[in-house]
Amino acid sequence: MNGLLFRLLAQRIGLACLSLLAVSVLVFAVTGVLPGDAAQEQLGQEATPESLAALRAQMGLDVPAPQRYLHWLGGLLHGDLGTSSTTQLPVAGLIASRLPNSLLLAAVTALFSVPIALTLGISAAVWRGSWFDRGASTVAVAVVSVPEFLVATLAVLVFAVQLGWLPALSYVSSVDSLGQLLRAFAMPVLTLSCVIVAQMMRMTRAAVIDQLEAPYIEMVRLKGASPLRTVLAHALPNAVGPIANAVALSLSYLLGGVIIVETIFNYPGIAKLMVDGVTQRDIPLVQACAMLFCAGYLALVTTADLCGIVANPRLRHR
Amino acid sequence: MTERTSLESLIGPQESGQLFAALQRGATRRDILGLLTAGGMQAALAGGIATLAGTAHAQTPRKGGRITVATNASGVNDTLDPAKQSNQTDYCRGFMFYNGLTVLDGSLTPQPQLAEEFTTQDAKTWVFKLRKGVTFHDGKPLTPADVVFSIMRHKDAATASRAKVLADQIESVTASGPNEVTFRLTSPNADLPVILGTYHFHIVKAGTTDFNAGVGTGPYKLKEFKPGVHSIAVRNENYWKPGRPYLDEIELVGITDESARVNALLAGQLDLIQAVSPRSVERVTAGGKCAVYETKSVSYTDLIMRRDSGPGNNPDFVLAMKHLFNREQLLKSIQLGRGVVANDQPIAPGNRFYFKGLPQRPYDPEKAKWHLQKANLGSTAIPVVASPAATNSVEMALVMQYAAKQIGLNLDVKRMPADGYWSTHWMKHPVGFGNVNARPSADLALTLFFKSDAPWNEAAWKNEKFDQLLVAARGEVDQAKRARMYADMQVLVHDEGGIGIPMFVSSLDGHNSRLKGLSSIPIGGMMGSSFAEHVWLDAA
Repeated sequence: MNGLLFRLLAQRIGLACLSLLAVSVLVFAVTGVLPGDAAQEQLGQEATPESLAALRAQMGLDVPAPQRYLHWLGGLLHGDLGTSSTTQLPVAGLIASRLPNSLLLAAVTALFSVPIALTLGISAAVWRGSWFDRGASTVAVAVVSVPEFLVATLAVLVFAVQLGWLPALSYVSSVDSLGQLLRAFAMPVLTLSCVIVAQMMRMTRAAVIDQLEAPYIEMVRLKGASPLRTVLAHALPNAVGPIANAVALSLSYLLGGVIIVETIFNYPGIAKLMVDGVTQRDIPLVQACAMLFCAGYLALVTTADLCGIVANPRLRHR
Repeated sequence: MTERTSLESLIGPQESGQLFAALQRGATRRDILGLLTAGGMQAALAGGIATLAGTAHAQTPRKGGRITVATNASGVNDTLDPAKQSNQTDYCRGFMFYNGLTVLDGSLTPQPQLAEEFTTQDAKTWVFKLRKGVTFHDGKPLTPADVVFSIMRHKDAATASRAKVLADQIESVTASGPNEVTFRLTSPNADLPVILGTYHFHIVKAGTTDFNAGVGTGPYKLKEFKPGVHSIAVRNENYWKPGRPYLDEIELVGITDESARVNALLAGQLDLIQAVSPRSVERVTAGGKCAVYETKSVSYTDLIMRRDSGPGNNPDFVLAMKHLFNREQLLKSIQLGRGVVANDQPIAPGNRFYFKGLPQRPYDPEKAKWHLQKANLGSTAIPVVASPAATNSVEMALVMQYAAKQIGLNLDVKRMPADGYWSTHWMKHPVGFGNVNARPSADLALTLFFKSDAPWNEAAWKNEKFDQLLVAARGEVDQAKRARMYADMQVLVHDEGGIGIPMFVSSLDGHNSRLKGLSSIPIGGMMGSSFAEHVWLDAA
């Protein structure tokens, strides 16, 4: 089993490096095609040829693009993410100031949504066809169909403006106690959960049902195992693979795809940092964020695969 | 303050002073009545006086309190370097931490700030006497060297200053005494003190290279600054203006989403927000807890018809388009009336050089049709480039398209994304839209956008007579003569210029009703970004 895991891991890491390289070339090329560069964005209406040239030289934009890319890649290999062209601050520092916020939000959301989604999914699978199953599935589809900006705006209108229970903005800086953390995070987490719970729940339900209909479950029932034991000890381990993948996909979305929630609640996360980078044409910053999201996604998917193997007795003992 | 004066005339300055002191300690109306009747006053008179004292007290700045303010833009490019500041978020911070040599008042007239007085004979050589006893936040006293450094750095291309075009007219700045600097200009400019009152010319410490500490002479000191997140400013106890500022602390955040700003204001998390949409005004004021402050004429969106290429070559096409603006309707439907009708020239009513005698150009489809036939452009569709980047331009273009159709003119509205609009589309199409923020002086508004050789001469309009008038007016010290010259220039731009300006729009700030002291400085909302040292928070 260890050999298999090791081989898979090595293979994945190799592929990940290749994907990251491809993504970095792609992102670099695409940001180059965008209209205007960092100097033009910074000077805006006030740009004159003279000040543009001076600013470009200061930002290092007077060097040809391929050379700039190689220089960036060289720095990356030494663990240097480069310097943001707009702020002249190290990109690593900018990311370090935002990443913990994003991770915290993702962690809190995962902590709430994953158990809820799994419980709902498994229950729906066990009582499939019942009123509970139909109700939960309908609600899940309804919720996932509503765009998250609508959920967020409605939540703000009801809970912050009308009732005044929760703050309309979520700063992490003003959080001192657990109670405040819960209050500040209640609405962002609610909004994000609406998006990801439904997906995870539907996948879990499908995966568990798939297993429950397999012949070996009939065998388990015949030997007299309780329904709880049948599901948790026999069906679930075989369903962990697809479930873990669904969870990983949802969580990777929490890292970089939450721009709407960050905007509406003014939450200083990393998605907003990347959007800033794009509007300012700050290529080193965009590159670093893209690398980070890509690496995060690959790590999550690999973890999901490993979970599937470790949990599944058949794959484990191969 | 009229209530305070009438109060003093009724009971004398000493008593009224005591009353205010009592109110400041938190005395109620009943306490005040007690105080007055104890002195042997009749109940009815005492009641009147107590009311007067209450009103006057409400207008008396109260010290203390903390507010959270949201502007509409924020990103990692937020900066405290005056030369690089580019939006209202930055400018608001600039006015918290720094001072200029001068400051602009409600009529955009320059008033002394770090300079105690400024004098000139010929508008070419200017002497500024610096205020004594002013210190930077780190305790270093203000010296002429700081002023020389702060101004001259804009001229260095390596600074990449946004105010370089303005600074280029300054030939030199020298320390001409222990508390005096002398400016020499390349050509006379009677508006130099106006320019020095704007945010880019804030005074920093000589030799500063890293501006993230925000060390200036301003009313607040920097406590925390995270670009793209927020800044926290705390009261500068050693501020050179006695009694100022009023607030203990100001947190400034940038929130791009308008409805998020409005919601947070209504939920009580914010006390002052920038750029409320005219459509949100009713929501903001509905509960009675929040109010909206309107600053008139802070920007205009203009239709640019390049005179050097395309249909704008033909003056009759330009006149036809100018007659196609249904200005009142545009103002009412797009801005819900929050603005004033404009007359195809950039000087807004209220400016000291606004020419009242210029007849308003009406909406006149018949006249437009006549000009169009004279222009004889054929039946090909004319592309008009609009974008959300130029505020309201898409809506204006659509209204115009409809009006044009009525007279047989086919306009093809091309909608461009806001992202990258200024660098790739602005002034680069024969017919398109631009957006110009109010400038502090008539000279700047005309020089930057209408002078034949100006880099932002939007319509590439060339007029020798205009250029001569512009230079002459800039050096003219006689106000009456100057006003006549600006009137002539307004007529020229109105008649012959290649841009159509349908309206000047207002800036709307939403605020908690307890926040007092806002007034209008018409170069932008939030008192031209300088609210920080003027506002105070009334007791709940």
